Amino acid sequence: MLKALQLEPEKCTGCLQCEMACSYENEGVFNPSKSRIKVFTFHEEGRFAPYTCSQCAEAWCMHACPVEAIVINADTGSKDVLEDVCVGCKVCTIACPFGTVNYNADSGKVIKCDLCGGEPACAEACPTAAITYVDADHTGLERMRAHAAQTIPRDQ
Amino acid sequence: MAWTRNVLRVNLTQGSCSTEPLNMEWAEKYLGQRGLASKYLAEEIDPACDALSPDNKLIMATGPLTGTMAATGGRYSVITKSPLTGAIACSNSGGFIGNEIKNAGFDMIIFEGKSPKPVYLLLENEVATLCPADEVWGKSVWETDEILHTKYQDPLLRIAGVGRAAEQGCLYASVVNDLHRAAGRSGVGTVMASKNLKAVAVRGTKGVGNIRDPKAFFKATNEGKRALAENAMTGEGLGALGTQALMNVINEVGAMPTRNMREVQFEGASKISGEAMLEPRESDGKANLTTNAACFGCTIACGRISTIDPQHYTIVNRPEYMGNSGGLEYEAAWALGSDTGVDDLDALTYANFLCNEDGYDPISFGATVAAAMEMFELGAITTKDTGGLELKFGSAEALTKSAELVSTGEGFGKDLGLGSKRLCEKYGHPELSMTVKGQEFPAYDPRGVQGMGLAYATSNRGACHLRGYTVSSELLGVPVKTDPLSTEGKPDLVKAFQDATAAVDSSGLCVFTTFGWTLEDIAPQVDAACEGNWTAESMVEAGERIWNLERKFNLDAGLTAADDTLPERLLKDAAKTGPAKGKVNELGKMLPQYYEVRGWTPEGVPTDATLERLSV
Repeated sequence: MLKALQLEPEKCTGCLQCEMACSYENEGVFNPSKSRIKVFTFHEEGRFAPYTCSQCAEAWCMHACPVEAIVINADTGSKDVLEDVCVGCKVCTIACPFGTVNYNADSGKVIKCDLCGGEPACAEACPTAAITYVDADHTGLERMRAHAAQTIPRDQ
Repeated sequence: MAWTRNVLRVNLTQGSCSTEPLNMEWAEKYLGQRGLASKYLAEEIDPACDALSPDNKLIMATGPLTGTMAATGGRYSVITKSPLTGAIACSNSGGFIGNEIKNAGFDMIIFEGKSPKPVYLLLENEVATLCPADEVWGKSVWETDEILHTKYQDPLLRIAGVGRAAEQGCLYASVVNDLHRAAGRSGVGTVMASKNLKAVAVRGTKGVGNIRDPKAFFKATNEGKRALAENAMTGEGLGALGTQALMNVINEVGAMPTRNMREVQFEGASKISGEAMLEPRESDGKANLTTNAACFGCTIACGRISTIDPQHYTIVNRPEYMGNSGGLEYEAAWALGSDTGVDDLDALTYANFLCNEDGYDPISFGATVAAAMEMFELGAITTKDTGGLELKFGSAEALTKSAELVSTGEGFGKDLGLGSKRLCEKYGHPELSMTVKGQEFPAYDPRGVQGMGLAYATSNRGACHLRGYTVSSELLGVPVKTDPLSTEGKPDLVKAFQDATAAVDSSGLCVFTTFGWTLEDIAPQVDAACEGNWTAESMVEAGERIWNLERKFNLDAGLTAADDTLPERLLKDAAKTGPAKGKVNELGKMLPQYYEVRGWTPEGVPTDATLERLSV
C-alpha cells in the first residue's frame, strides 16, 4: 500500500523538530536551512503550516528535468533526485508549482523530499502529529472523520 | 562536541569583528551559555565598572545543546553587568535566534566597547558586518524587525534588538528576539542600547553537528521527549494554558502578590487567568488565545499567541494592535494585573504587546507601576508628576497609558523607566519598593512560599523566580513536596535548585523541562552531545561552580551580605488572607544556615576552601 505524508497545519506549533530531523537524515547535521520540509509562521494570523513535496503523480519537476535525474521510487512512489545524474540546472525548481524542490548551493544539486525511503524522519519527529505518514489514498481520512462526527444527530 | 568552538568578538569602539577559538578548558567546567559566558565576563571586565559605560561587555551565548534536536534546545542568554542591580545579569530567551547564531557557526558573540554611532550587526555565517543603524534607531523592535526583513529580502533572517525604551534609558529594557521572545530581565537591553547597538540580524546555514555519540544522543533525547509528553505539566498543562496554568493555583494558596505586595490574594485572578484566555468573548466570538506556540525545538510549546478584543478601548484607539502577537505568560499577567490590581485581560494583553514591541520587562514594569500607584494613593506622587494621569490601583487606563509612556520614554514614562527602587527613592518612599538588589519581584509571595524568600534574597541577579524555583517543590510537589509555610530544610532546597538551574541554563535547554525532568534526564543528553564526562553529579557541581562565580562577581562589584535581604513589608507585615494568613517571611531563620551549606563565611563570602573545591 502506498503511503503519503499528511500535513495538518492546525496541529503545528512551529517547533521545527521536523526540519532538524529532515536535515539530520539527509545532511548529517541539524540544519533547518537544508531541510526539505519547511514550517511557515503566519504571525499576524497566529498560524503555523508545515509544507513539503506532495509527490505529484505527474510530477512537473520530473518532466522538466533535461537529464532524467528525477525518477519514481517504485517502493514509495516518491520522486527522487539522482544526485550523480543531476547537473544542478534548476529547471525543476522553476517547473514545480509549489516550490518544494530547491537548489542546494553547497552540493550544486537540487534537493527535495524523498520520503526518507519510506520512513520519513519528519513524521517520526513531530511531537504533535501534525505530520503523519498514512495511506496515500486516504490522507483526508482524519479530516473526514472530524466532519463526519458533526453529521451525527445531537441529543434530541 | 556540540559546541561550534568559535567565538565572535565584536569591538564596537573600533568597529571590528574577529573570530577566536572557544576556551575549551572553561567550556568543560562551565558548559556554555550562562555559565561559560559568566566566566568570560568575570575574566574580561572589572565587576565594579559602570554598567552603562563602554567598559562593560555584553555577551550573547548559546549552550552546547542549542540548535540540536534535544527538546527545547533553542535557548540563548544575554550576559552582562546589570544597570538595574549592579550585579551580574543573565537573561535567557527562546524563540529562534539562538539556533541561528549556532548555525552561523558561533557559540557566543562578545560585544565590547561602544560604537561612536548607532549600528546593528549583520551576521551571515562567518561574515560579520557592523552596519549603520540610522534607518532603525528610534524605531520599535517590531518596526526594526520589519525594516531589516524588507531590506534584506530574507524572511529567514532572525533578529534580536532593542526598542525605544532601551534607547531612552529605561533601566529594565530587554533584548527582544523573533518579535515576542525576550531576554527580559535586569536591563540587558539597556546595556545593549548604551553601546549604540540596535540589533543583531543573523542567518546561519552551516548546521549544528559533531554530536559526540549520535546513537546515544538520539536515545537520550527521545527518552527525554517521551518523559515530557507523559508529564501532566509539560505534556498537557503548559501547552493548553501556558504558564498561566498557575494563576488560579497560586492565588488559591495565597502566594499571589497583589497591589504592590500589600496582599497575597487577588480577587480578580480568575479574570486574568489562563482559563479566562480560552473563553470566547462577546464581540467576535473568539478567545483571547488563538493558539499555543513553540520556541525552536520545543516539544512543550507553552508560548501564547493572542489577540485583543476588537471592541476594547485599546484597539478602538489604536487599531494597529489588532492581530496576533505574543500573549500573556503568568509572570506578565501577574505583574501587569494582580500587582496593579487591574483585572482587564485585554488591557493586560495590550500592555504586554507594548512590552514586546519596545523591549522592556513586563515584570519590572508592572511592579514599578504598582509602586507608583501606592505612592499616588499616599499623595507622594500627584497628577502634577504624572502629567494628569490618575495612577489608581485597578485602573486599566492608568496601566496602558503608563506602558505607552515607558515605550517612548516620554513624560512620566521617564520616571517609570527608573524601576521601582529608584522611583520610590525619588519620591521619598524607599520602603515601598518591592525589590531585591534593585530588581522587582516575580509572582510568588514569599510569605506563602517560605523557600522563595531565601531564593529571592540570595539570587545573584536580584529578585527572580528563575534562579531557584522552589515553588516547584513547595507548591507543586516536583520533584518532592515540601511544606511551603515551613523554613525547615529550605536552605538545602534552595541551594539544590539554584545549582541545578545554573546547570540547565548553561546547556541550551529550557528550565521548564524541569517540571518533567531532573538532571538525571538531562545529563545523558548533554553527555552524548559533548566531550567531558557529564553526569547529574558533575552538572550539579558545574552549577555550584557557576553560582559561586556569579557570587564572587557580585562581591567584587561591591555588593555585600546586607544586600541579601527582602523588603520590610515581607518580613514584618503578615499575610492578611489565605493559607499563609499571619505569616511573614522568616528569612532570618534560613539565611545563616544557607551561607553555611554554601560553604560561605557568616558574611556571605565563599571561603577559599569552597572556591578551591569548585576550582572557580
